[in-house]
Amino acid sequence: MRTSSMIWLSLVVVAGGYLAVRTSNGSMGRAYVRHETFDARASFEEQIQKIDDEENTLAAKGKTLPKKQILARKKLTTRLGDVDGITWTKVRSANRSELVGKDGNPDSAVVFSWSRTIGLWIAVLATLAIMSFLWGDNIFYKLAESVVVGASAAYAMVVGFWTGIIQNLFGKLVPGLMRDSVLPGLPGGQEAELIYIVPLVLSVLMLWRLAPVGGWISRWPLAFFIGATAGIRLVAYLDADFVQQIGSTIMPLIVSDKELGLMVGKSIGNIIIIIGVLTCLVYFFFSFEHKGLVGRTARVGIWFLMVTFGAGFGFTVMGRISLISDRFSFLFYDWLWLPKPGIDA
Amino acid sequence: MKRTVPLVIAAFTGFVLIVSYFIPYAQSWGEEAMIWFDILAAVAFVLGGGNLLKTHLQKISNRRAGWGFSLITISAFLITLGIGLAKMGVHPAEKFPEFAWSGDYLSQSSGFGWIYDFVYLPLAATMFSLLAFFIASAAFRAFRAKNTEAMILLGTAFIVLFGRTHAGIYVSQPVVDWLTAISGAEAGSLAGLRLDRITSTITSVFILAGNRAITIGIALGIVSLSLKVLLGVDRSYLGSEE
Amino acid sequence: MNDSMPTDSDYQTSTETSSANGFDVRNLDRRWIFLVMGFSVAIPMLMGLVFPEEPSQEVLDVFDTVENLEDGSKVLMAYDYDPASKGELEPMAAAFVRHCAEKKHKLYFITLWPAAVPMLQKNIAILNREYPEYTYGEDYVNLGFRPGQEGVIKVIVTDIKKLYANDVDGTDLNELSMTANLKNIQSMDLIINVSAGTPGAKEWVQYAATTYDIKMVAGVTGVGYTPLVPYVPKQLAGILGAIKAAAEYEEAVLLEYPQLRKNPATQEALRKMGPQLVAHMLIIGLIIAGNVIYFTDRKRGVS
Repeated sequence: MRTSSMIWLSLVVVAGGYLAVRTSNGSMGRAYVRHETFDARASFEEQIQKIDDEENTLAAKGKTLPKKQILARKKLTTRLGDVDGITWTKVRSANRSELVGKDGNPDSAVVFSWSRTIGLWIAVLATLAIMSFLWGDNIFYKLAESVVVGASAAYAMVVGFWTGIIQNLFGKLVPGLMRDSVLPGLPGGQEAELIYIVPLVLSVLMLWRLAPVGGWISRWPLAFFIGATAGIRLVAYLDADFVQQIGSTIMPLIVSDKELGLMVGKSIGNIIIIIGVLTCLVYFFFSFEHKGLVGRTARVGIWFLMVTFGAGFGFTVMGRISLISDRFSFLFYDWLWLPKPGIDA
Repeated sequence: MKRTVPLVIAAFTGFVLIVSYFIPYAQSWGEEAMIWFDILAAVAFVLGGGNLLKTHLQKISNRRAGWGFSLITISAFLITLGIGLAKMGVHPAEKFPEFAWSGDYLSQSSGFGWIYDFVYLPLAATMFSLLAFFIASAAFRAFRAKNTEAMILLGTAFIVLFGRTHAGIYVSQPVVDWLTAISGAEAGSLAGLRLDRITSTITSVFILAGNRAITIGIALGIVSLSLKVLLGVDRSYLGSEE
Repeated sequence: MNDSMPTDSDYQTSTETSSANGFDVRNLDRRWIFLVMGFSVAIPMLMGLVFPEEPSQEVLDVFDTVENLEDGSKVLMAYDYDPASKGELEPMAAAFVRHCAEKKHKLYFITLWPAAVPMLQKNIAILNREYPEYTYGEDYVNLGFRPGQEGVIKVIVTDIKKLYANDVDGTDLNELSMTANLKNIQSMDLIINVSAGTPGAKEWVQYAATTYDIKMVAGVTGVGYTPLVPYVPKQLAGILGAIKAAAEYEEAVLLEYPQLRKNPATQEALRKMGPQLVAHMLIIGLIIAGNVIYFTDRKRGVS
């Protein structure tokens, strides 16, 4: 075996051993959750009691409970029988500092979570797999990339289904069915709006794009999409990005204030802004050849644009570095449990 | 029919939305059209997922290079989809405990939320964070001040990179203090020469000017493109003749 | 990404060249640069390098816009970012939540990005943990996500309940006190948008703030900052650009509400400025080094 391979193997074994020892004695890589039991009947009774207390308070002042509250109490009371026996355990993430309560005793509600601990290690392996691309293209990176492509497409599909298709399509077409199943909170007075058969048909036509024949029909909903986008963007861009921007550029060349007098800095700034906007617009005007006065003006415009792009580059660098900071923070503090300077002892 | 009907649909929809902006009576038509638009946007997600399945299944069946990774992609897709649509691990909403499917699909206890927190989030976040390393590599290999314009660009980048950290103040404050001392100016009057203040000036004057021109230019481009689409001049979205 | 990346043989070639001719910085294996970049972020982070921040005028414009609202004002918290940009935007999103909670504003959480739904939950968790007096339905509500990008804004500026009949828990908006009489977002006193791209701040400015004259501030990534500058101050009251602005905003909030300094989570962006500074110096150094090599070679006539 080559020397370099021996060195790498030794490093991996030592690092692996270190991680194994720390993990086994609970010094890193664990996730905790806080458990809380939810009892549906108890929750309803609590809400009814709250309304009763409000009624008593109002009665003491000679007032009556609003009709809305009376109706709500009636509904809750009617449903008490249906929710009897329905309980579950609410789970939320907990920090390891919550293992011990404020009184110094262990908090029994905070427990070790196998699913989140396994998830944490999967997240770490995924992070390291993506970072391995910095060494070179490899199978771990390709695996991670394949997973993210599949998972993100399915994520968007699930979100679109529950928030768009169920809520706004079926919720408007068949509100009764939705109210009895997945959307019990739909407003009670909502009736079926049969006009929504149109978007239902358009949706089916859109999905026909995947069919082996007749895919051309998907152009109809696509045309609706494109037409709508063109319609709303035409007005929005004309207003916000054209008229308003020109209005904002019409500014005083000489700025003065009653108390401060002539404001030289602001005046120079305004003059530079107007020159900058005009020269850049001259540069963008490609119908005239950029020669002579037009060429010189366009060149000044280019300089303004170079300053803009240089600043844009600076800001972009700033943004990317904070992203890697965040990932390192995850690895160092959420996984390895290294002490946070200034926070952990 | 195949190309005329879509042109009519696009034009009609667009003009309804433009009219609804200006005529309050027509506002409800515009709202309705936008709600249909939002529904179709949700269906577009489904179409995207379906297209992904179709592409990768074809790759697997044709045994093209990298078909193994397509298998991984489809597996991740189907597992995430199944867990999300079935609302696995999702408890009912607390207000409607008798309705088993009423809960939030992305609640903390849900399988879908687990996939987001421990699979999707670390992968997506890390993938974009790699850009920091490539920017560093590109800074060494590619960013050359070959001409005046490049020098202006890099010079501005230096000022912004310095000015947007404490280094800008650390380096420029002593210089400003020295200039104030030798010129006899009032204390604080030359504070505008500090690197962070110069960065602010660059932002509020030069970046404003350049980006305003770009914004106006893009607005004109979008308006002309939208008009071309609505008037049927631009038909590229219809694809090839069929 | 895969097709454009060099293969292992490219690395071998550059290494072999380096080893054959001695160390040649022109053919420096870029993995060394990656390693130095990694250290320049990791070491300051582990050392806890932190610098004082002084809020700039741009940041104070945003701060004052939120601070000068009457206590209990209605604020639309439009958070449009995903995991890819959470490192940059989560600190400013959290700072906005804490600032608004200190002012007892009524918060309406909404998003146009499907991947931002858990981000809303994380920010709401701040309210649950640190402001237990905040009651759901009375002080804050989570409207969640609807597909349609700018189409969503177009609907909710005129009639929000046509698109949002329920909140994320399925509760009828007519049953929550803060949404029962809510017709549209024109009644909002302020829109706070934290955005990573499209749809985001630009769309909120175009379809809501400009058309209906709703006051708005935005927090964006570094990449998205410069295109929004032209909107300030008439269409956009202020912008926070990148992690530096987030750190300054945190400092502004801590100066006004010093009791928050006891909570380390309120200084997340401030802690990130240490690695930021070192990495910036590295980038500047690399650009200078690259140009020195380039001009030296040009002078010597080396191609």
